[in-house]
Amino acid sequence: MKYLMLKHYRGAPAGVNDHPMDEWTQDEIDAHIAYMNDFATKLTGTGEYVDGQALAPKGAWVQYDGEGKPPVVDGPFAETKDLIAGWMIIDVDSWDRAVELAGELSAAPGKGGRPIHERLEVRPFLTSAPDDPQNCHG
Amino acid sequence: MDEARLREIVPGVIGVLERRGVDFATAEDAVQDALVSALSSWPTDPPRDEFAWLVTASWRKVVDAARSDQARRRREEAVEREPAPELVPDEDDTLQLYFRCAHPALSSSAAVALTLRAVAGLTTAQIARAHLVPEATMAQRISRAKRTLRGHRLDRPGDLATVLRVLYLIFNEGYGGDVDLAAEAIRVTCRLASLTDEPEVAGLLALMLIHDARRASRTDAQGRLVPLGEQDRSLWNTSQIAEGVEALQAALARDRLGEYQAQAAIAALHADARTADETDWPQIVGWYDELVRLTADSAVVRLNRAVAVGEADGPALWLRALSEVPADTPRWLAVSAYLHEQRGEFAVAATEYADAADAATSTAERDHLRRCAARARAASSLGG
Repeated sequence: MKYLMLKHYRGAPAGVNDHPMDEWTQDEIDAHIAYMNDFATKLTGTGEYVDGQALAPKGAWVQYDGEGKPPVVDGPFAETKDLIAGWMIIDVDSWDRAVELAGELSAAPGKGGRPIHERLEVRPFLTSAPDDPQNCHG
Repeated sequence: MDEARLREIVPGVIGVLERRGVDFATAEDAVQDALVSALSSWPTDPPRDEFAWLVTASWRKVVDAARSDQARRRREEAVEREPAPELVPDEDDTLQLYFRCAHPALSSSAAVALTLRAVAGLTTAQIARAHLVPEATMAQRISRAKRTLRGHRLDRPGDLATVLRVLYLIFNEGYGGDVDLAAEAIRVTCRLASLTDEPEVAGLLALMLIHDARRASRTDAQGRLVPLGEQDRSLWNTSQIAEGVEALQAALARDRLGEYQAQAAIAALHADARTADETDWPQIVGWYDELVRLTADSAVVRLNRAVAVGEADGPALWLRALSEVPADTPRWLAVSAYLHEQRGEFAVAATEYADAADAATSTAERDHLRRCAARARAASSLGG
């Protein structure tokens, strides 16, 4: 069962140890990145890692604006908009395991070396096939 | 080189090595190494007996590995002095391999991966692609599974239920890519059925064969899910259905009913009807009653039974059967929506279909339910 763990720049409820990264020391940033990398390495070792990427804050909302017109571009993102910082995809045996891992990722060290307690969004993947053909009478 | 033939042989080769005292993980690695050698040498120099060739080559890999291991030298020399045993496949060895790969100490995903590798003979890369995970992830999953098994004793025949569950999981993993997991599950279950006369194995095989026989009709050209009642029955693979029914009848004759046999009986009754209207719903309800008993009153089974009751006895009884099933059972909303649609209550049906779509666990199912919601909404606005 695959799950997506979403990390937000903005838009998630505030964490406990909530300080923008530009207020951290270099060592604090290094420690944070090392924790993330170790986490991914560990999950590869348990056979649970699928993919992970970081996203730049730069981006835009783009929308079709009718025949023959260029698409509407709103952005870079306005101050109030939800902003995804990155994702990790895991393949685990249960929802409980997904929550456990997200909790662990949320404990990554931040300012002062203390856990940042940030909120991570955890979402199950839809599969491409129905999970059990037996349950299909309708 | 015939890849299908190779996959047939692999479990037997691992079995022979295990009988010679090689531990499972080492045996499995040695056979994979030998297969790599076979890939390069067989095209120019085909062996007379592929099985014997692989046993010999794998055995050499084991001995090579042991030689490089100082700590094991003395044991290895003792083993080397032993005369080579007869190269006769021992069916019990292969059976033990099934139990090992479906060991209760393993998580489902680990058991599935190990079974595909050791019993089905797939490569790590093939298994990884079939599960859409990186090869490194799958390699680690398999080697962790093997580490978990180290030190665990071989299990009692009671664990056949776990073996069957793992095989059914593989069957349900879906189709596609260069490896068809449904076909692999059928092939492996077929082999298991030839190793044991337990009727549930034949029951599971029958269930898989009959379901798989409908595969071509389950989606349309646009990839949309087609419900059983609307499927083009001329697309069903009748010889495969016959094969499944034959396996089922042999199993039922043993008079030891189990849940796979009951499920296969239901699938067979659906497969037997030339049109959806000819479906023998009363008999299907009878089998669901057995299934309710066999599955300790599972809510999902009772939900499916409610559908059968509705088809057999009409929507009024259906409503009662449905009200006895907890509303948080998977697909309860979809069934309730269908019921309301049958009763002409289109507005309720549309809302329930839409909610069911939001709760769907697959894209095919979600899209199907959204179309059902749209159909009910259109009927609702026509009806005023």
